Amino acid sequence: MTDIIAITMPRWGLTMEEGTLTEWLVPLGGEVAAGVDIVEIESTKLAGTVEAPSAGVLRRQTILPGRTIPVGTLLGVIADAGVSEEEIDAFAADFKPPEDDGEAAESLRPQSVEVDGQLLSYLRHGEGAPLLFVHGFGGDAMGWVFVQNELAQHADTIAVDLPGHGASDKSIRKADLGGQAAIVAGFIRALGLGKVHLVGHSMGGGVCLALATAEPDLVASLTLLAPMGLGRDINAQYLEAFVVAQKKRDVEAALRMLFADESLVTRSLVDDVLKYKRLDGVDMALAAIQEAILQDGRQAEVFDVERLDCPLTLIAGEADRIIPPEQVAAQGGRLLDGVGHMPQAEAAAIVADAIRSILAAG
Amino acid sequence: MPKKSMRTAINEAIRLEMRRDPNVILLGEDVAGGKGGTGQLDENFGGVLGVTRGLYSEFGGQRVIDTPITESAIMGAAAGAAITGLRPIAELMFVDFLGVCFDQIFNQAAKFRYMFGGKARTPLVIRAMTGAGLRAGAQHSQSLHAIFTHIPGLKVVVPSGPYDAKGLLIQAIRDDDPVIFLEHKAMYDIEEEVPDGAYAIPFGEANVVREGRDVTIVALAKQVRTAIEAAGRLAQQGIEATIIDPRTTSPLDEDTILESIEETGRLVVVDEANPRCSFATDVAALVADRGFQHLRAPIKLVTAPHAPVPFAAPLEDAYIPDADDICVAVQSIVNAKVPA
Amino acid sequence: MQLDRATMLEAYRRMVKIRAFEERVGADSMSGLIPGFVHLYAGEEAAAVGVCLNLTDDDWIGSTHRGHGHCIAKGCGVEEMMLEIHGKQGGLCGGKGGSMHIADLDKGMLGANGIVGGSPPLAVGAALSAKVRRTGAVAVAFFGDGASNQGTTAEALNMAVVLQVPVLFVLENNGYGEFTAASYHSAGVDLAQRAAGFGLTAVKVDGNDFFAVHDAARTLIERARQESLPAFLEIDVKRWHGHFTGDQQPYRSAEELAAVRLFDPISSFRSRVVDAGLLDADALTAIDREIDELIERSAEIAMAAPLPSVAAVTQDVYVSY
Repeated sequence: MTDIIAITMPRWGLTMEEGTLTEWLVPLGGEVAAGVDIVEIESTKLAGTVEAPSAGVLRRQTILPGRTIPVGTLLGVIADAGVSEEEIDAFAADFKPPEDDGEAAESLRPQSVEVDGQLLSYLRHGEGAPLLFVHGFGGDAMGWVFVQNELAQHADTIAVDLPGHGASDKSIRKADLGGQAAIVAGFIRALGLGKVHLVGHSMGGGVCLALATAEPDLVASLTLLAPMGLGRDINAQYLEAFVVAQKKRDVEAALRMLFADESLVTRSLVDDVLKYKRLDGVDMALAAIQEAILQDGRQAEVFDVERLDCPLTLIAGEADRIIPPEQVAAQGGRLLDGVGHMPQAEAAAIVADAIRSILAAG
Repeated sequence: MPKKSMRTAINEAIRLEMRRDPNVILLGEDVAGGKGGTGQLDENFGGVLGVTRGLYSEFGGQRVIDTPITESAIMGAAAGAAITGLRPIAELMFVDFLGVCFDQIFNQAAKFRYMFGGKARTPLVIRAMTGAGLRAGAQHSQSLHAIFTHIPGLKVVVPSGPYDAKGLLIQAIRDDDPVIFLEHKAMYDIEEEVPDGAYAIPFGEANVVREGRDVTIVALAKQVRTAIEAAGRLAQQGIEATIIDPRTTSPLDEDTILESIEETGRLVVVDEANPRCSFATDVAALVADRGFQHLRAPIKLVTAPHAPVPFAAPLEDAYIPDADDICVAVQSIVNAKVPA
Repeated sequence: MQLDRATMLEAYRRMVKIRAFEERVGADSMSGLIPGFVHLYAGEEAAAVGVCLNLTDDDWIGSTHRGHGHCIAKGCGVEEMMLEIHGKQGGLCGGKGGSMHIADLDKGMLGANGIVGGSPPLAVGAALSAKVRRTGAVAVAFFGDGASNQGTTAEALNMAVVLQVPVLFVLENNGYGEFTAASYHSAGVDLAQRAAGFGLTAVKVDGNDFFAVHDAARTLIERARQESLPAFLEIDVKRWHGHFTGDQQPYRSAEELAAVRLFDPISSFRSRVVDAGLLDADALTAIDREIDELIERSAEIAMAAPLPSVAAVTQDVYVSY
């Protein structure tokens, strides 16, 4: 059986319709292992990479760098060395991008629900077991864009904006991890979700830990990416820099600390964060949360993962400059090479894979 | 995020601030929609081009005030109201009408704080339509931001799109100094993603719209979009342009412009206004004075000609700088050498 | 109408204050001790004081280039005024405004104005502010016969009626717009009638008679306050000095200049109250002396005071920039 795999222009997020191939990271004929970055893509909002879904040889680079093409278009072909050129040509010629699912994009508009008198915004996509993504400090539901679309094929994925973030209410009533967890619990109940698979990043990871500790009945599994709540150490300077940044260059400088590959901090990303920070009430909200989750420049709350009885998966980047990856390693978690504080963006395929496994097991 | 027109974005800015602060009032000709006649002023009414639609029906006649055609009294009353506790938004329908009320703006409002030794606070916003392209003729098509920029005591805002317009107008209303807010009338229908909630964009902070190492293009208002078009064409020739949108001509973000010149060494300023004593010459002088050591080529100014705005279509189109004009200016200096 | 003793004493005090202040400023200006131009209000005192005694600190007045009288009548400090006119530190405007821009917003004085016709629209704005914010305040716009022909004045009159704001327009008709006689420069000549044409209640009163001015102003101001109705008061006054100090006034005959001094609202007031037994002459004389000392002291302080620091040139252009 021949294995020919199409690499196509991904759709990241709700509105992406086309992307630009900026660079091939693997030469033609090069061998790739599963999960390796093979090509760099830029859309109007994001820059990211596409990873090889499985091992093989890069047999075709159908699109050259600099070209902008619609989502779903064939970029390249991976196959075993043994597959003939004629078969690959035939595959490429016959390849058709999937039907334009404009309808699907329509249904990906943000929704909102009232929880304890506050409006929370969320993105919901897919069917199956409920899978809830909780972002980190200063982030939002859109930060899961690299993994949510993929996982929506396997689960009822929901990415929520915490209070003070994204399109949710900006007033902060409960700022510490436990308080935010209570709001998320209220959110889960408001949507009638029952037991959910939780995925939390950074502060969102701490919120998930707090939630699993306080209300274990709501949690089917915990996947934590570079989470707060495992140890005291944290780069408090980063939080401060993010909170006080008013100008583009200061926002950019702060965001650069999040990634191992700083080129992922595009102008679009900086613009979006700056626009978010300008919204009335945001800076106050961030300051309130910062005050509550830190104590003397260290994490205010640490959780005992031994007490949890749900399946727990920990992932962090070994080049994380915000929360020391040792905290994840010490618990037996997985460290990713060449990844900083943002595994869901820097190693999306691996993260999606890990979550898929959890869903399959659960 | 929803896409909104600049008209809607401006309407939202005024509405959100009027809800937040009862001292914000709106006055001008037809801003409510035409009081005193036999028509019913419902939520569809407001403004000669609909920008203030629905404000009268939400806030009533005490705060959304239709005035006679009486610019001096409008601007003078707005100035007097501003130093006595209100935060008025006065509409000067066309910036070209500044001639009949300029004293109230530049001798009264602009100077109260200074003349009175720092004791007056004049939180006044004057909104006016600016710009050519609608075949409106010489007295309804000018870009006069330079005249206001020249006056100490005034702040001057020139947004280039819906997102900026809303954030800058909210900032203007919250600002305690007199602000001239200029809306390019040919941009009202341009759409862009604009958040529903309130946000303020600080003054004196330029937006770097595009980055490129070969030339710095400083452009205002509608010319920002023209510059983007030109930059696309130039990129195909291998010339990469930085585009800087100052957003406010007073205060002016000098640092961003000078830092960019350090990198590119070449400056083209694009301004729809007439060339003498203009914003274009202002930026050129700034760079010639404080960025001279980084310049690798002469500074080029792309402006309207020294002429009033003509009426006939091909004449008006020739008057307004276009992408070709910008490309020609850039190309003329990209391979140029500084004279020995 | 019968005024109480305290009010009458205050009226006399303020008018004398204006007269003494202006005479001293005029003299010092002619001696070269005061920079720039001053425009003296001497002879017109009853107008400013008659109107302003009906106002509180929360009410607003707009003034003209001939603004010292309005300033004093509204309760501004004489010492700070003198410092300002001399351009010294501690002046009412920190030395940044001078005679023609002298202002005190804390006392509701929106400033003398260097632009003829500059303040009627400002006063309309202040009245609008009072109406929208429901403060119960009123605004008064002082202007002269010269300003009555400015477009801004006509616009302000019209808009005040259209918007129904509590503003009293006070036309101090001293018969001259700068050098030119009102009988020449104003078509139609009857300025109160013009105002009535805008639908305003328009009253004319003799500026030599403090009580008539005070009474007429009181009625119109109360009505403005209660019913948010604008009104117009024309006060006939005599300008004793030239348009500015140094103006030799060749456009006025020697006879006229002599006759003008016979119109003295202060001595008219004094005769009337003393003859009627309302106030005694000694009390008034004591006020005369008190004011003389105050003015003398203020002038000395002003002349000795330091100049503002050069750093002030670029201060207070904006609240923030």
